[in-house]
Amino acid sequence: MASLSVRFALPLRHYRLELALEVEGVVALVGPSGAGKSSILNVIAGLARPPSGRVSLGEDVWQDSDRGVFLAPDRRRVGFVFQEYALFPHMSVRQNVAYAGGQRVDELLQRFEISRLASARPDQLSGGERQRVALARALARDPGVLLLDEPLSALDTHTKASVRGELAQLLTDFDLPTLIVTHDYEDAVTIADRVGIVVDGQLRQLGTPDELVTHPADAFVASFTGANLLPGHVVRRHTRLTEVALETGELVHSSDHIDGDVNVVVHPWDITLTPNDASPDPARNVIREQITSVVRLGGRVRIRLGALTAELPAASVDEHALALGATVCASFNPDQTRLIRR
Amino acid sequence: MRRLLVALAFFAACAVALSFLVLPLVALLTDRPPGTLIHELANPVVTDALVVSAKTSAAAQALIIVFGTPTAYLLATRRFPGRALLITLVELPIVLPPAVAGIGLIVAFDRIGLLGGAFSTLGIDVSFNQAAVVLAVTFVAGPLYVRQAIAAFEAVDGKLVMASRTLGAGPVRTFLRIVVPLASGGLAAGAALSLARGLGEFGATILFAGSLQGITQTLPLAIYAEFDSNLDVALSIAALFVIMTGAILMSLKLSSLWRPSRSASRYRYATIASS
Repeated sequence: MASLSVRFALPLRHYRLELALEVEGVVALVGPSGAGKSSILNVIAGLARPPSGRVSLGEDVWQDSDRGVFLAPDRRRVGFVFQEYALFPHMSVRQNVAYAGGQRVDELLQRFEISRLASARPDQLSGGERQRVALARALARDPGVLLLDEPLSALDTHTKASVRGELAQLLTDFDLPTLIVTHDYEDAVTIADRVGIVVDGQLRQLGTPDELVTHPADAFVASFTGANLLPGHVVRRHTRLTEVALETGELVHSSDHIDGDVNVVVHPWDITLTPNDASPDPARNVIREQITSVVRLGGRVRIRLGALTAELPAASVDEHALALGATVCASFNPDQTRLIRR
Repeated sequence: MRRLLVALAFFAACAVALSFLVLPLVALLTDRPPGTLIHELANPVVTDALVVSAKTSAAAQALIIVFGTPTAYLLATRRFPGRALLITLVELPIVLPPAVAGIGLIVAFDRIGLLGGAFSTLGIDVSFNQAAVVLAVTFVAGPLYVRQAIAAFEAVDGKLVMASRTLGAGPVRTFLRIVVPLASGGLAAGAALSLARGLGEFGATILFAGSLQGITQTLPLAIYAEFDSNLDVALSIAALFVIMTGAILMSLKLSSLWRPSRSASRYRYATIASS
């Protein structure tokens, strides 16, 4: 499988979009709205032309500004699934899939289980069906790379979970270099092998979902993975642990070693809550706070205590009778406490 | 009680307005017995004018669509400095008094006009002949089509155009298979409006092309010419107009062609917020 290689700089209205990326397997770029994510896909597809850059798939060079090479979108082997899918409203499902002119229309309709919808119009389809039509259409041209722009944002929460799993499976089966852009971190880690965080036109970090959680490059990446960020400054460095004074007054320890002003990073699922009167393990970091909100999400419960969010199994919440307004003892292991320079 | 009075006032105003608008149309059809109106349609003045109107309208409409469609597409899809000004210029003939348009055409294209010399060397003569009628109609009616076509092209979701390109279609195939079909409702509406307006063109035509029976005398000019000499003929043509233009408008409404392009999604505006 040839890999997609992308390097370019594109001035946008508020910032300069810069990217260097090798796409093998399934890569997702995550970032807030307006981070320039869609522009990245447009550059790869040839729908936008950056003044400088190089885009190639294996030996095929699609753009090389140094040599004045720029192929039009219709001459690049790209399968593009647009946000909201961009199905042609005046054509049936079959006509949409056949538009690219491939020989495999029937095969694709069957493969995506949309044969029975062949004569339906896009506005008669559900969100999940539309996505399958869009994928079938994108693949009809036998592309060398697959680009997906916010593939799940048009779906309601009810169908999203099942479609997300289905999509992850399909992408694995296609075995094409695939680039997805999304604003939803959870979608990204569910679907992709590697996830990149894009902010203000810059790729802040690219890694496996695990790497992003265990070694976030900066505070933004950490907060995007759902971590708590507690500002403070390093007061002392012991041989094994670093001592940090939080701005809220507590002293906590981390196994990371840096100096100066830091953000203490701790993930909600690494926090344990115990009643205030229980004496916690002295080796753990401890913050005492009042519970300000309790949200039950199926088997798990998300609890907010001041600036801190903790996520616990429902059973342990019931066991300790953790209720709104109660002051509790939140503790977490120094080995699961990361420090990031502020 | 007061509410009732207000409601009554509204209904009364509506009744007055509607009667005012409908009464002349009804009068045109009922002032003379239908037999007279139909009989006068066979009058050579009427048949000549019908032929002139049909020929010149068809030619003008062809010019409007052939030149107006690409113009509208470029104006709708390109962003450049001075675009708003250019669109205003295109729309100007819609509000310009037809007499002004007629004089403008004379000083531009007539033998003595701006391009008159160039036209004579090419052997083209555009005064007081059917070419002049076609130019007058095109000038006055064309902007209606172009304006509507710009709106129709602007309403086509740009994502669909991009999708077509990534599916291997070049710009021409994309235009013919995606853009035009999706804009077709608006284009048809624009063509119908400009056809109706062009059929009724009077002021610019009489100044620029004159009113020569069988050559430049279109239906509206024939009404004017016959008004003093033979009112029956004038009324007959007028009644014909009410029916013709009414039919054009009705066919436009009935075919409900005018539907703006839709994205395939229910959440169309979410795309604007995307990065």
